[in-house]
Amino acid sequence: MAVVWIPSLLQSLTSGEEKVSVRGATVGEIIDNLEARFPGVKDRLVNGTEIRPHIAVAIDGDVSPEGLEQDVQESSEIHFIPALSGGLADVPRSVLVSPAARQS
Amino acid sequence: MAESATYKVIGTRPIRHDGVDKVTGRAIYGADVQMAGLLHGKVLRSPHAHARIRSIDVSRALALPGVKAVVTSADLPPAEDRTIQLGEGGVNLKYLSHNILAGDKVLYKGHPIAAVAATSPHLAEEALALIQVEYEVLPPVLDVREAMQDDAPLLHDNLKTTSLGQDTDKQSNIATHTQFKVGDVEKGFAKADIVIEREFTTATVHQGYIEPHNATAMWNPDGQLTIWESTQGAFTVQRQLAPVLGIPVAQIRVIPAEIGGGFGGKINLYLEPIAAVLSKKTGHPVKVLMNRAEVFESTGPTPGSYIRVKMGATKDGRLIAAQAYMAYEAGGYPGSPIGAGMMCIFTPYDIPNVLIDGFDVVVNKPKTAPYRAPGATNAAFAAETVVDELGEKLGLDPLQFRLRNAAKEGMRRPDGPTHPRIGYLETVQAALNSDHYRTPLEGPNVGRGVASGYWFNVGLQSSVSINVNADGSVTLVEGSTDIGGTRASIAMQAAEVLGLKAEEVRPIVADTAGVGYNDVTGGSRTTFASGYAAIEAAHDVLRQMTERAARIWKIEPQDVSFGDGVFRNAKEPDQRLTFKDVAAQLGRTGGPLTGRATVAPRGVGGAFATHIVDLQVDPETGKVTILRYTAVQDVGKAIHPSYVEGQMQGGAVQGIGWALNEEYFYTDKGVMANASFLDYRMPTSLDLPMIDTILVEVPNPGHPFGVRGVGEVPIVPPVAAIANAIYRAVGVRMCHSPMSPGLVMTEILAKG
Amino acid sequence: MPTKVHVQMRLNGEEVDFLCEPRQSVLEVLRDVLGLTGSKEGCNNGNCGACSVILDGVLVNSCCVLGVETSGREVTTIEGIASPDGLHPLQQKFLEHAALQCGICTPGFIVAAKALLDKNPHPTEHQVRYWLAGNLCRCTGYDKIIRAVLDAAQTTEAKA
Repeated sequence: MAVVWIPSLLQSLTSGEEKVSVRGATVGEIIDNLEARFPGVKDRLVNGTEIRPHIAVAIDGDVSPEGLEQDVQESSEIHFIPALSGGLADVPRSVLVSPAARQS
Repeated sequence: MAESATYKVIGTRPIRHDGVDKVTGRAIYGADVQMAGLLHGKVLRSPHAHARIRSIDVSRALALPGVKAVVTSADLPPAEDRTIQLGEGGVNLKYLSHNILAGDKVLYKGHPIAAVAATSPHLAEEALALIQVEYEVLPPVLDVREAMQDDAPLLHDNLKTTSLGQDTDKQSNIATHTQFKVGDVEKGFAKADIVIEREFTTATVHQGYIEPHNATAMWNPDGQLTIWESTQGAFTVQRQLAPVLGIPVAQIRVIPAEIGGGFGGKINLYLEPIAAVLSKKTGHPVKVLMNRAEVFESTGPTPGSYIRVKMGATKDGRLIAAQAYMAYEAGGYPGSPIGAGMMCIFTPYDIPNVLIDGFDVVVNKPKTAPYRAPGATNAAFAAETVVDELGEKLGLDPLQFRLRNAAKEGMRRPDGPTHPRIGYLETVQAALNSDHYRTPLEGPNVGRGVASGYWFNVGLQSSVSINVNADGSVTLVEGSTDIGGTRASIAMQAAEVLGLKAEEVRPIVADTAGVGYNDVTGGSRTTFASGYAAIEAAHDVLRQMTERAARIWKIEPQDVSFGDGVFRNAKEPDQRLTFKDVAAQLGRTGGPLTGRATVAPRGVGGAFATHIVDLQVDPETGKVTILRYTAVQDVGKAIHPSYVEGQMQGGAVQGIGWALNEEYFYTDKGVMANASFLDYRMPTSLDLPMIDTILVEVPNPGHPFGVRGVGEVPIVPPVAAIANAIYRAVGVRMCHSPMSPGLVMTEILAKG
Repeated sequence: MPTKVHVQMRLNGEEVDFLCEPRQSVLEVLRDVLGLTGSKEGCNNGNCGACSVILDGVLVNSCCVLGVETSGREVTTIEGIASPDGLHPLQQKFLEHAALQCGICTPGFIVAAKALLDKNPHPTEHQVRYWLAGNLCRCTGYDKIIRAVLDAAQTTEAKA
């Protein structure tokens, strides 16, 4: 099972546990399983279908641009670290549609 | 990947491919772009640091002969209050749009309000004076700690502090609070034999690139928008422009010119949307340029900050606890590099108990933008000064103290992930063994200081394609604008794989229509990631060339081997074809040959630097003269050593300027009083000695040639190194940056 | 429409003439009227040297001289430094020493360094640093620039 390191500001939701073993093949599944054990955690990490803008996901130290869809290996370590704004910019597929299409 | 591989091209120092154009003045930078029917744009900017806009009347400006259009934020689509994901971070679309042309409030002196297009730049300036704006002036907030008070004037009506996804429901100038925690600092400090706590403040500082911002736009009647400009990332501009202008990415083409420096400051949108809407309104191409004062007041300097650091050690010289409270000024809109600063502050060290609290705070100053290792220099100033003091009180040489506590591969960073193979220890050892450190320093009021620094570097995405020419040379199409010699470092990596000479690879930097997606030139990523793409594209070329050789010999591709620039028939050893031989026969063996690769490489290696500075303080004026400077850095594998040295020297000198002179002087009305190169005092050639460099190569296992990003970390240690040297020179510990002569004198006199 | 003045001067060894407004600087004339964009604007108030040109043998910031002031005089810009035979030793040494990164300050430095070597063919390091203190570079930290100029001074062709 992957090991998720809980950010200190969320540890009040995990009864102080700083690392938790969680099942899941993707980051999204892992967060859902985390939410099942510790209600309220998901909302702090996820907004709709995206990781919250101020947060980046690092798998074994490498920041992943794939967000919730990123695959996770059996023995992976997952960290939620500050996302770096301004300067390291990429706009994911979800924004690359015309304004009209976005409204639907 | 062999650690001791011998390379033919890598590690050599060829002339850069774009060099002749740049030494003859032929290279075209953004402001040099010319075209028929060009109009000139100028921007009206707020004279007030904080005000509501009551009304804007542009009629008199429009009536001036030669003026063709005037725009305000009303000419941009209404900006939604929502976040667009920018890959590794998010940006609020309303903030982005309103920073380009103000909505109902101006948040810093210089905040753009309106823009004019006219037949000459002089006429455009005259027209600006005819635009009438009614303001309701509000009290400005100019200091991060003041901005955090409960009774501070609020910049935004609906900004509430977010604490890792949780809105606290409290309206505030504090945009976010982030925290890293390892172990238990209370217990750690209780066990420490010595604890030092100090407060630090740093002033706002600008990247100082010599080339001001520029953008030329042509909005064609068919809806196609073309932008020519100097930028660190053509694709990044394209993808910010789309939501701001409310048009699809497919209609936008960004053509990057050569760029006269960026350091992180030429990534965010400033002039592009303005030039675009002026072009749409006039039907002409419109060029908008900033002057130097606009660059200072209206682009993105790096945050002023308040940092409190407390560190504890046991008497055997081991760090046991470290705590930091860090508050960074984001400028008018949220988004300072507080997270990055937190990720770097204690990272060179192995400390079992760490607590870092970081705050992103808005103030009435221009919205900050990245400046070379954003956030890390402020952090290192604080931490490395305290480390120096701890070591001194323990009776240890400052470099020995660092050796004893150095972070190594496998150890955990305060933000969580473990260090991969890193070279921090090696930089400290190299510094200890350096000629500089072994040379005694003598004289009145002289001192030697050392400091270390860390930057994590990024990978992100790059695309490269390589076309094989009939003469065996290749054209390498990449998308990383060349700020410091990366055409060469990327081309050299492809040349190494293909067995060609560096000059046989012709790199070109293409625009958004001519190459696959590339993230910015920044984040110390270009030689690593675009180089990675070039390597993969070169392997793709070799795969295809192998097939062609096989066709020529009428054998199977697996019976063809390649090495030293030559294809060999495994079955007939004396049958060989050079790369050129195969290239000459492409037409007969299948047609044109293009190799390509798109990458988002993992395995980014972090970078460490340790700097040594000797300086002399004039006790009667407080002026500091740098006598000798050595920058030691783990550079992974130096592809082109001259340009790696150049990054180290350039970053060190920016750090020296930051340490000694550079700052935004603000009046109490929030106006920058020194918005010129005369009074925003950057180092000149006369202020400096030669900058010696020691390149330590600990190859990054995450890259085929061991490349590790080198561009940013050199700016991290200098401010602290200089503070530590001043202490050894005249016995005062400086806690504010810049350590300008007046401030040094104040401390000397206070000490008595 | 503002009245323009007709100016005749010698530019990079050739007689040229142009029309300019009295308020236009030499830098504007070079870039916007004559199409010579090698001289750059960094500050427009004489503090960075990116616009350096040589006026009657004297190194000046072209942003601080009016176009009309060049009437009957001789101006050398970066475009006039190389010869048909090839690069000037300064240009060659800048390339060999990697004395440029973004390159925006490079034309100004090369013109300024040429003015120095014209006056003082064998300057010391300190003399080079002093002379070039009016040219700002933000990328290199000056180290390789100084080395390139000192190396170019060694080359005998530098006297030409």
